[in-house]
Amino acid sequence: MSTLQDTTERILELAARHFKVPRAKLSADDDFFKKLGINSLQALDLLTRLEQHFQIELPDYELQGVSDFRTLAERIQSRL
Amino acid sequence: MLDLRQYNSLGEALRAALERWPEEVCLIEADRERENARLTYRQFKQAALPLARALQEAGFGSGARAAILMTNQSKWLISAYAIFFRGGVLVPLDYKSTAAEQSKLLAHSKAEYLVVEYHLWRALTQADGFGNLATRVVLVTEAPAGADLAGAKRWEEFRDAREPAFVPRSKKDAACIVYSSGTGGRPKGCVLTHENYLEQCMALTSLYPFWPGVRYLSILPTNHAIDFMVGFIGPFSCGAAVVHLRTLRPEYIREAFTRYRITYMSLVPLVLKNLERGLRQRFDELPRSRRKILNAMIGINRALTRRRPHLRISRMLLPQIHKAFGGELRALFVGGAFTEPATLQFFYDLGVLVGNGYGCTEAGTAITLNDFKPFRPDTVGKPLPGMEVKILNAGAEGIGEVAVRSNTVMSHYLDDPEMTAETIVDGWLLTGDLGRIDASGHLQLFGRKKNMIVTEEGKNIYPEDIETVFEGLAVKEYCVFAANYLWPVRTMTGEQLLLVLHPEAGKTITKDLIAEVSDRNRRLLNYKRISGYMAWERDFPLTASLKIKRGELAEQIRQSLDRQDVVPL
Repeated sequence: MSTLQDTTERILELAARHFKVPRAKLSADDDFFKKLGINSLQALDLLTRLEQHFQIELPDYELQGVSDFRTLAERIQSRL
Repeated sequence: MLDLRQYNSLGEALRAALERWPEEVCLIEADRERENARLTYRQFKQAALPLARALQEAGFGSGARAAILMTNQSKWLISAYAIFFRGGVLVPLDYKSTAAEQSKLLAHSKAEYLVVEYHLWRALTQADGFGNLATRVVLVTEAPAGADLAGAKRWEEFRDAREPAFVPRSKKDAACIVYSSGTGGRPKGCVLTHENYLEQCMALTSLYPFWPGVRYLSILPTNHAIDFMVGFIGPFSCGAAVVHLRTLRPEYIREAFTRYRITYMSLVPLVLKNLERGLRQRFDELPRSRRKILNAMIGINRALTRRRPHLRISRMLLPQIHKAFGGELRALFVGGAFTEPATLQFFYDLGVLVGNGYGCTEAGTAITLNDFKPFRPDTVGKPLPGMEVKILNAGAEGIGEVAVRSNTVMSHYLDDPEMTAETIVDGWLLTGDLGRIDASGHLQLFGRKKNMIVTEEGKNIYPEDIETVFEGLAVKEYCVFAANYLWPVRTMTGEQLLLVLHPEAGKTITKDLIAEVSDRNRRLLNYKRISGYMAWERDFPLTASLKIKRGELAEQIRQSLDRQDVVPL
């Protein structure tokens, strides 16, 4: 089973690829709205991409207020 | 629909609705492909009354304030009804703002009761200022078994089977306290009366009627004035149904249109533009021959609907498009921010009616709305019935500040008589927006008089609310302005904020300072960030209590600086 660190790394890679930014520019504590310069619709798009990758379901309402990669990774990890 | 003139309060009107259409469906709640709940008006009543009685037992009575902090779902409306049944004042809080902001507004509202979803509650208990809240009864929905609720009660268990006592309210009593801004600065808690809502509901449903069988898809936050009216009070007072989705992913929204055969939906310009982009992309992918046919059909539809819409004809000419919207759609409502006329025209040409309007929380949702008689995408429609709109200090072209007088205008700002007096003058609500009323009575907007911006997501951003993030900068003083406030332009889109920096005597703006500004700026939510800065050499004009005289400073800046002087960040 992957560790929280693995999951975080995977999320950062996927986010970088999805929004075409260099992976090195992203870190776990970044606010993804701010760092990626994305709006709420684009953030939902990222969640769908992550769900497909991890094969889990992430309810939108559970993620209200989550805006950094680390917390997102924790929420995903708890469902793996 | 109910004759709302007969009722004095939302509680009374809703109670009558539950008696009038017991067998009609009023709520459907879906989560992706699953349906969580489907309630008739009778079942809604059965769910709400035990909650009302439990509230009664907890001391909840006339004028008690209860906040709701939830995403759109059935328990939102059930809780709101229980609150109104017991004569309470509802404080709808924005689930999209941060926990610290929610905590601040909750404290400002002095709400003693709170209904909150588990995940939002958990964030709230970890936020700054949590200990200072006045809430004494907190009901948490959907908490996992064994979760630590920090003293709160489970919503699902907070019930009492005995009949609750209905608490009547009068028309002029407060129904809701809705925050239109002030998460960072001065909270603007609009106190809206029962009369405000009943009048607004009558005005809106006279243009866009609901009836049993109509289905409204609720995706804008219910805490927002638009959804509260069009996704709760409006449909309920007509026996119609509200569909809630627990996810806002575009693929599930698309699916909901067909699955639930949606009649109406409200959205913000950002979502509408996204929808337009998706459709245009699909059109572009069509083989050339099919594209030609589609264009021809759109052309015919445009010609046939020039004077007024013909929904039946449009559905026949463009069946695929209408099928994608479920086949029953009568109108989309767009609000919260300015929508580009080209986007509105795009949908109108397809026979998909987008009713754009204009309003503000202070005026109880909508002031004007397009009635399609005829369609005027360059305007925000005509004033709704019962709304008096006038233009103050109109210039040569008839453009001036939009003022409105109506029974829908709020009573006052909570605990802020000074701001109330500045906003409601001689019975007229000053909107701070610049507009003109044309010969046919349509309102056209041309920018803002007030120092604020509105994003495409429908967020109102006031400079005062974001300035605190720059506190402690190594400058003598600073101030945030909306660029279009400093240098007025005739547009309502692409608005930006900028920072004016006054360095300490003998100092200049260094690279380090700008790096600090950029760093602080990143702490703001993306849509709240400033886009540039300007250096300013003179002392800011201040009031006796050392607050910046923003209007005066703006005038000084206007006289000596230009847009070209803004350095982008």
